[in-house]
Amino acid sequence: MSGSTFKSQAPRRMGPVAAKVSGLLESKYLGWIALAAALLAPLLTASPYSLNVMTTAAIFVMLAAGLNIVVGYCGLLDLGYIAFMAVGAYTSGIVSRAFDLPLFFTIPAVLVMTILAGLIIGAPTLRLRSDYLAIVTLGFGEITRITANNLAVTGGPSGIYGIPKLLTFGDFSVHSPAVFYYVTILIVAFFVLASARLGKSRLGRAWRFVREDEDAAEAMGIHTYKVKLMAYIFGAVWGGFAGVLFASHLTAISPKTFIFLQSALVLMAVVLGGMGNMRGVVVGALVISLLPELLRDLSEYRYLAFGLLLVVAMVFRPKGLWPARPHEDERTGAEPQTAVDAAVSRGESR
Amino acid sequence: MTQIIWDGLFVGSFYALIALGYSMVYGIIKLLNFAHGDIYMLGAFIGFVMLTSMGGLPGALGIGALLVVLLVSMALTGGAGVLIERFAYRPLRKAPRLAVLITAVGVSFTLQYGVSAIMGSNPRSYPVRLEGDVFDVLGARISLPQVLLMAIAAILMISLNTYIQKTSTGRAMRSISLDMKGSLLMGINVNSVITRTFFIGSALAGAAGVMSGAYYGKIDFMMGFLIGLKAFTAAVIGGIGNIQGAMLGGLVLGLLEAFGASVFGGEWRDVFSFVVLILFLTLRPTGILGERVTERV
Repeated sequence: MSGSTFKSQAPRRMGPVAAKVSGLLESKYLGWIALAAALLAPLLTASPYSLNVMTTAAIFVMLAAGLNIVVGYCGLLDLGYIAFMAVGAYTSGIVSRAFDLPLFFTIPAVLVMTILAGLIIGAPTLRLRSDYLAIVTLGFGEITRITANNLAVTGGPSGIYGIPKLLTFGDFSVHSPAVFYYVTILIVAFFVLASARLGKSRLGRAWRFVREDEDAAEAMGIHTYKVKLMAYIFGAVWGGFAGVLFASHLTAISPKTFIFLQSALVLMAVVLGGMGNMRGVVVGALVISLLPELLRDLSEYRYLAFGLLLVVAMVFRPKGLWPARPHEDERTGAEPQTAVDAAVSRGESR
Repeated sequence: MTQIIWDGLFVGSFYALIALGYSMVYGIIKLLNFAHGDIYMLGAFIGFVMLTSMGGLPGALGIGALLVVLLVSMALTGGAGVLIERFAYRPLRKAPRLAVLITAVGVSFTLQYGVSAIMGSNPRSYPVRLEGDVFDVLGARISLPQVLLMAIAAILMISLNTYIQKTSTGRAMRSISLDMKGSLLMGINVNSVITRTFFIGSALAGAAGVMSGAYYGKIDFMMGFLIGLKAFTAAVIGGIGNIQGAMLGGLVLGLLEAFGASVFGGEWRDVFSFVVLILFLTLRPTGILGERVTERV
């Protein structure tokens, strides 16, 4: 084991500027600042185009927050994550059109369907090696897309259109772009906060233990299978709700939206942002979704650049550009990560 | 019935060729090379560029020239595989598995959109289309190009098997897959053997790419994605890491798929093969020929 991956993170000496920037980035108000910025953004520019872009970016942030639970916290590679978004979007679309309900009231159905989807794909595969899991999720993503393409109830290749609004009170509709943007921001902020809190909970610590060393976690009495399944289900629910927002935003969905490319983009947001670090993931998601809007001219090369960036990032910074800091070490003053370090190097040299 | 069996075997031999590369790489360094399907795509495009620059095939030396194109494409895709291993996978050989998997996804993405940026994202039609006499064998329609392509695939697979069983490099490959550290201590140059493994696996995928381009006549930059998944399924069915298993798995998957498509309808073909993959991974993750592995996680 070369020490480069799990180098112990001794406090580095920093210049005053670097210390200030680092302090700002680690500030506990950062989330509120970001939320305020998101809420104030429409005051700067509220053209339909920019509202559309910002709403899409917010939904993408929510997807990344969900995938971060699976990949970042628990270390399970999911290459078909967009399938959960498809399940959510299709469920809400079908149910709301069948019963003529606003999308808001389809949430129980979406919850049930996404949890079911998480169980169906997770239960048989989570006992497998992690790389098998990756390819099975890839297959699952394709199955979902092809099934949606083939079935009549999902509208076949043309999909579902004319999806009702999220919520309507008499004349007041939340579907005017600005109002919908604010609703989206609040929902996304709630889910981002929730997943950040989840990461710090007892379950979140179990996830990280499983990620660092599954055998040791098992030996410590963590039911690794159950814990991994929980990560999967949480990820599925996040994806499903992002799907509801997505369906409500576009009012039309089709199988072409849920291709592997989308799963890969969400994964890139999580990986480049810093696996396990919610702040990094939000930044990563914003970069991945907004950058193409800024670099329209280079659109042919952007995916190529993303792919190269992914490889380069993994080779030089395998934990992501802005990895999670081990908070426990500071609190307990213990030697950072030595136990895990040793266990990992033992595990890797098998 | 015989038609279904023949079609299954034909498609299956493509799967087998690609599955071999998956299985060899996985057997040796336990890496799931997601980019392998895209090497197949790369091979198809290299063949396309060469054939286009030649202005199609002069009728007289049709098959001979096609074989030369095939060999050159194999050499180039093999080289691409070596470069990928050297710059993307080798630095991460001791990194956590998640990092390596993500790198492989990145490589796959780079290949797909690199080709798309250079060649355009629309499907291209191959300058050569293999056509030949069709004859009836036991009620199945069999065409000459099909027989030819299957013969090429069989020759490649048999020579690979001989290479791995009989030569010293093949012995080194088998010993690395059992115990990399031990092989290093026994004086095997592990890095050069891994390089060779990547070369051979990628060359086989490249050959499959040219062959499918010439047979089906249409290529695009995403063509490796689905077939990569299928080839992985084939490798798992046969027992991943097992060379003969990969060949067997390819043929079995081809047959299963052909029967599945005739029972459930062609549009469910891909779903059917993924369901087979999930069933196999759940019920018998070691595949048909795989040995029980004690390793976990």
